[in-house]
Amino acid sequence: MKCTRCRTHAVVELRRHNAAFCADCFQGVFRNQVARAIDEYDMFGPEDRILVAVSGGKDSLALWDVLLESGYHADGLYLGLGIGEYSDRSHDRTVAFAEHRGASLRTIDLAAEQGFDIPLAGRKGARSSCAVCGLSKRYLFNRAALEGGYDVVATGHNLDDEAATLLGNTLRWNVEYIARQAPVLPAADGLVRKVKPLHRVTELETAAYAFLRSIDYVVEECPLVAGNTQLRYKESMNAIESRSPGAKTQFFLGYLDRGMPVFRTAREEIPLTACARCDQPTTGTYCAFCRARAQILGERLTPVAPPEDPQQLATELSEEVLPAEIFGEPVDAR
Amino acid sequence: MKVVLRNPDRELDVAGGRLLREVLTELAIDPDTVLVIRSGELLTRHDLVDDTDKLEIRPVISGGAL
Repeated sequence: MKCTRCRTHAVVELRRHNAAFCADCFQGVFRNQVARAIDEYDMFGPEDRILVAVSGGKDSLALWDVLLESGYHADGLYLGLGIGEYSDRSHDRTVAFAEHRGASLRTIDLAAEQGFDIPLAGRKGARSSCAVCGLSKRYLFNRAALEGGYDVVATGHNLDDEAATLLGNTLRWNVEYIARQAPVLPAADGLVRKVKPLHRVTELETAAYAFLRSIDYVVEECPLVAGNTQLRYKESMNAIESRSPGAKTQFFLGYLDRGMPVFRTAREEIPLTACARCDQPTTGTYCAFCRARAQILGERLTPVAPPEDPQQLATELSEEVLPAEIFGEPVDAR
Repeated sequence: MKVVLRNPDRELDVAGGRLLREVLTELAIDPDTVLVIRSGELLTRHDLVDDTDKLEIRPVISGGAL
């Protein structure tokens, strides 16, 4: 098979584009797709300070590589999740990448900073370990970006990630979630701008790019991810894609072109207030992270003296999602 | 031909002397979901593989938290 551009031997076939590329041409195509995403959504400029959320996997390291190669000011932030040897290997790969490129990397250890790790969250929390993991990442990356004075947080979400998320939300008609899905989440009071520069490239492409760039990423899957809903949606999308190459691209990029403007009109802007515990933005009294953390650690968030009004007490309990044994007897809110 | 599969790591003996896509079909693997690596080089499904080859079939799908 020949490279579509230069007619030398091809090493990557992209069926969705009905094309194949040699190693050099593929890397150019990949970088062009990322540059197009950055330009199309005006994600950031050469003067902006970018905080890249890195996990040691192919996507985040490929993204960091492209941004550094393109001359952007991109620092890395790694969150230690405490998932045994998997986390150790992920951290080692990330540190090695940063050292090899002379890039700046900050590491936050979830257990040291917040008192719990993801395996504990899976055992103690009401949410799945994947849900707490995602919540912790969004919370701590945002906070670190604010503290560090960064203009933007960049994540390695690729086209497969985004298509699977859109599929899941569409199957449930989660209109609010669909309306919020975008390559750029704008800054708001207490929220740093978030961008997804890899949303035009697939997992196959990020893996091929990382391999061709000799990026030593963690190949093994997170041991806690088995049965993850997102994986099932990806498998479903891949089954469609194998029979109809390009279907995934049409689904997600078509949504961005034609669906997102429609859903945006139905989006309800909910005012944000400061979390009573941590001051991060939330729509309730306490942010989702503080509620989850309290539940995992068995801590209480409300003042020691409970409100006298049973309705108010029930509301606050509901917001905290605390188990009854922490706060005392169950309250009849009727 | 030796074929190394990942997640979990395991090794299979598979007949060579044919196109890679035939090997992937035999193993029920979608070519768009894996990298296939031979001696440090990526292969496409149109490449010929030999009985003396050693291939790594590396999945690209990841399902980490978003």
